[in-house]
Amino acid sequence: MGTRTCHRVYLGSLMTTFDLNTDSVRALNQSLHDASSGHTSVTKPGGQHCIACGIDAALEVSIDGHVGYYCAGMNQEAHITITGNAGPGVAENIMSGTVRVKGNASQYAGASGHGGTLIIEGDASSRCGISMKGVDIVVAGSVGHMSAFMAQKGRLVICGDAGDFLGDSIYEACIYVRGAVGELGADCIEKEMTDQHVQDLTQLLAATGIDAAADEFRRYGSARKLYHFDIDHANDY
Amino acid sequence: MCGIVGIYLKNERLNPELGKLLAAMLIEMSDRGPDSAGIALYRDPVADSSCKLTLHTAGAYDWDALQTAMAAHLQADVKLEVHASHAVVIAATDVASVQDWLSAEHPELQIMSAGSCIEIYKEKGLPSEFVRQFKLHELNGTHALGHTRMATESAVTTEHSHPFSTGMDLCLVHNGSLSNHNRLRRFLRDQGVSIQTDNDSEVAAGYLMWRLREGDSLETALERALVDLDGFYTFAIGTRDGFAVLRDPIACKPAVMAETDDWVAMASEFRAIAQLPGVDNATIWEPAPATVYTWGH
Repeated sequence: MGTRTCHRVYLGSLMTTFDLNTDSVRALNQSLHDASSGHTSVTKPGGQHCIACGIDAALEVSIDGHVGYYCAGMNQEAHITITGNAGPGVAENIMSGTVRVKGNASQYAGASGHGGTLIIEGDASSRCGISMKGVDIVVAGSVGHMSAFMAQKGRLVICGDAGDFLGDSIYEACIYVRGAVGELGADCIEKEMTDQHVQDLTQLLAATGIDAAADEFRRYGSARKLYHFDIDHANDY
Repeated sequence: MCGIVGIYLKNERLNPELGKLLAAMLIEMSDRGPDSAGIALYRDPVADSSCKLTLHTAGAYDWDALQTAMAAHLQADVKLEVHASHAVVIAATDVASVQDWLSAEHPELQIMSAGSCIEIYKEKGLPSEFVRQFKLHELNGTHALGHTRMATESAVTTEHSHPFSTGMDLCLVHNGSLSNHNRLRRFLRDQGVSIQTDNDSEVAAGYLMWRLREGDSLETALERALVDLDGFYTFAIGTRDGFAVLRDPIACKPAVMAETDDWVAMASEFRAIAQLPGVDNATIWEPAPATVYTWGH
């Protein structure tokens, strides 16, 4: 694997540090795949791709800076924090655990995520939560167009505004929006915000540390006309 | 896939380092475009009575003879500086006279750029090799665009490489692909716009050239491009005073921008911008779809 110059220092518990100016992403990811516990600190990420991908253990990972494509992809159990902005595809196909982006996220954040939680403290770009399959995504800012496209399961919470075509071709995912919504996507409609939804959303916001009042949100979901084929709706497809 | 970079210096003290900064950004985009690399550099504006052109030809060339012949024919002072397979000509006359003489007497030469301060260099091969050949680290300037190409729809040659000139001191680099370029190319040729290759990006450059010639401002031309160009694109357009950025309404092709007190930069990916001094304190954002961004002195 070449040379690795990570430093192990005791800070109460075992902490491994990787400086990606000198250490390789491959060495970092191998270390994360080999570990079963502990805290890894990543410095100087410099927008590199695939940082902290494919973790399958309850690790703590903090990344100090901006990351490129596919950071924290396929995450299972780990808790990953990115202090800067994330490039396209952050937490793609997340299975469990949490990924927190303190800055903004680029396109298709949380795409295809099956479980766990993705928190974006800034804005997310287009196609946030595309094809999500059970992940909870909480965005403190706004999201771009085509978010929750073909979303199947899970919750997408948008504290700011949503761009056009929100929830296009949505299945059974649940979308909460506090701000303005552009044009809704095909088969996406506003639905009643019941007490149960307010309660669920209150818990999710509290769990993710996002300060927003659940009763200020509106709920959107599927009209269920597209995915049960009906000849009367042929023109909608 | 291709890589785009752009840098615009707000702090003049960085001007001597422009080539060095651009080189670092360009090399970082090698994975996105290993087929060819190119830059448009804006520097050392010539006097109003003079013009500056960048010329290219493949293989060895007797540039000294060209300089002598050009000066004799135009009866004007001509300076010529060779940069690898390219040469920058500064002639104390109008640009049309130089272009007419070159196309009549030296069809073997391609005019890569024309204007008062633009210089365009592009070549096949890896960005690192391009940087070495053209001694990018030694070049100064006020602003620049760069492109690393991964060819998807036409041949890998110097002529198919970016940036493409779109008029006096103007150029375009493109990441994406256009789907209506064949029809648009025929239309533009009917309008008298010269298009040399079958490359889709050259059509976008030709489109802008046509709109600007028809009297559009750059902003208006780009807004019309949103209607007339079908396909995926992030464009960066170099102007005499700065640069502009435009993404198509679907915005699949990436782009990131950053600004500090010293510079404004754009790139396909943040890792290119991460090479710049003071980046830790930069404001960083993703340009919105179908929105024209411009910077200028």
